[in-house]
Amino acid sequence: MAELTYREAVARGIAQEMRRDDRVVLLGEDVAAAGGVFKATPGLLEEFGPRRVRDTPISEQAIAGAAAGAAMTGLRPIAEIMFSDFFAVCWDIVANQIAKSRYMTAGQVGFPLVIRTANGAGLRFGAQHSQAVENWAMAVPGLKVVAPATPADVIGLLAAAVRDPDPVLFFEQKALYPIRDEVPDGELVDRLGTAVVRRPGTDCTLLALGAMVPRALAAADALAAEGVSATVVDVRSLVPLDARTICAEVARTGVAVTVEENPRLCGWGAEVVSLLVEEVWDELDAPPVRVTTPHVPVPSAADLEDAALPSAERVAAAVRGVLG
Amino acid sequence: MDTRIELYRIQVELRQFEKRAYDLFLRNLVKGTSHLSLGQEAIAAGFALAMRPDDWTFATYRGHAHTLARGVPMTPVLAELLGRGTGLLGGKGGSMHLTSAGHAMMGSYAIVGAHLPIAVGAAWSAQYRETGQVAVCFFGDGATNIGAFHEALNLAAVWAAPVVFVCENNQYMEYTPIGTVTAVPQPAADRAASYGLDAVTVDGNDADAVHETASAALARARDGGGPSLVEALTYRQGGHSRADPGTYRPEDEVARWLARDPVVRYRKRLADGGVAEERLREIDDAALAAVDRAEKEAVAAAPPSPDAVLADLWADGGAAWRN
Repeated sequence: MAELTYREAVARGIAQEMRRDDRVVLLGEDVAAAGGVFKATPGLLEEFGPRRVRDTPISEQAIAGAAAGAAMTGLRPIAEIMFSDFFAVCWDIVANQIAKSRYMTAGQVGFPLVIRTANGAGLRFGAQHSQAVENWAMAVPGLKVVAPATPADVIGLLAAAVRDPDPVLFFEQKALYPIRDEVPDGELVDRLGTAVVRRPGTDCTLLALGAMVPRALAAADALAAEGVSATVVDVRSLVPLDARTICAEVARTGVAVTVEENPRLCGWGAEVVSLLVEEVWDELDAPPVRVTTPHVPVPSAADLEDAALPSAERVAAAVRGVLG
Repeated sequence: MDTRIELYRIQVELRQFEKRAYDLFLRNLVKGTSHLSLGQEAIAAGFALAMRPDDWTFATYRGHAHTLARGVPMTPVLAELLGRGTGLLGGKGGSMHLTSAGHAMMGSYAIVGAHLPIAVGAAWSAQYRETGQVAVCFFGDGATNIGAFHEALNLAAVWAAPVVFVCENNQYMEYTPIGTVTAVPQPAADRAASYGLDAVTVDGNDADAVHETASAALARARDGGGPSLVEALTYRQGGHSRADPGTYRPEDEVARWLARDPVVRYRKRLADGGVAEERLREIDDAALAAVDRAEKEAVAAAPPSPDAVLADLWADGGAAWRN
């Protein structure tokens, strides 16, 4: 067991996979010599050299496109899109080419690649560097969508993503880069499409993703002090979605609250609530509730950003509202 | 193999196939849209014959010719146009997405410019794995004004990637002449200097010239010399797509280019060079017979099973988004 930060876990996860498989290569803006603008990839250039760890120009279409072409011809690229907001300038490659080509060609070509990106708010960067866009990815058939909340999950889910034969969008939550947690020694390989219960409870079920997981846990702590026992499920993977765990954990308490960083409309929780209504309606004691960022861009000032994102207080208040 | 005979054979097959594809549109057997390469056959033939079997083709939605030129049989291509279950893509892609990985035909891409960076990635993979393969990426003149073109050219040059970019300048983007919306007269060649590349133009209606230019660019890429950007000057004999009769083109311009029809021209060159008329007619007849056969087989084929809707989204063959 060692204590690692979330950002250190990124580099460890990439290194683990690059040592194992020489088809794994890394490309992106500032990922090599600079070690990444979030310092998530230091040491990789030194260990694996410039053939495998490549700085690129500020050309998101070229980054995503090069990863796609390399993946369809035998490599296992890990591409970095520095901020998830920048998916907007290469969404054609991601959503039209990478996501669709296997299907359109009846399985003739495949894209075993990972696109890592720093997602979400917390650093007061304003509306174009703070979005949580995991729901964009979730809306496109052909993309797998993962968002780890802990250092150990960063390594294990990244390894699973690299080994997966399909394209995976890997949302690192930039607010989480400094968090520190115990990580088991040795090789870590997790499974995509699995949610994890972070805290068992009996009165309600909080369903959270990425940076919202620690906030849901904080809300659960606050509620515990009031005698309310909350389950916290870390959804971890939007596609594939662990519908079984989600439904079972909600059925157990009868009360569901999603905690989403993405803006309200068509956020991932909307799909989850739809699933709950269809599949565990009879087990629900109250209408499911969604706590999200409102349907606005993310504002810059600290007070405004904090007010916009779901806070532990808002989550706890939502639970109190449901439980009456 | 006699290269010249082979260049002619490929061009005639492409010509006959595209003419038949057009007939089938008129008979309403081909649904959706389709973009023909009538008039541009010399480019597909000249490059395909210069390529190694494992060199990759990346083409656009105007991709029938590039697919067939790599040796993909006509029947599955036509069946795909007709939406049959035996189509090259099982009916999942249609005319604009022809792909045959087994022939190193890595796809027809229908968003203008998208495949240029993808071709760079394939070239990077060849470079990394030291396979000696080259990626050849065909695109139209219209693609030279989209961002992906510039991102791909720059990255390919910086990485010395073994990729040959081929701009088929057929003079029109869709309905608008390329010259009226581009800051330089040669949309590709005039941009080459921006990426440290030579300006290369070739008569795209001359299969010999294309073959020679292709061979040089492929050799350069294979020898570690990095990318090339070739502008092949040609003319789209029809409209942009099925829906377009192309009436915006001046009559004298059309007449001038029809007089330089690559297939007619090449046939005359072979005849003047001593190839017997009988031999040429054999090739013509065989191409027509191949198209007839393909039409018969494709028309007779069954539609795809509805089960295919939920197949092949993922590598496991399925489309599940949840457990």
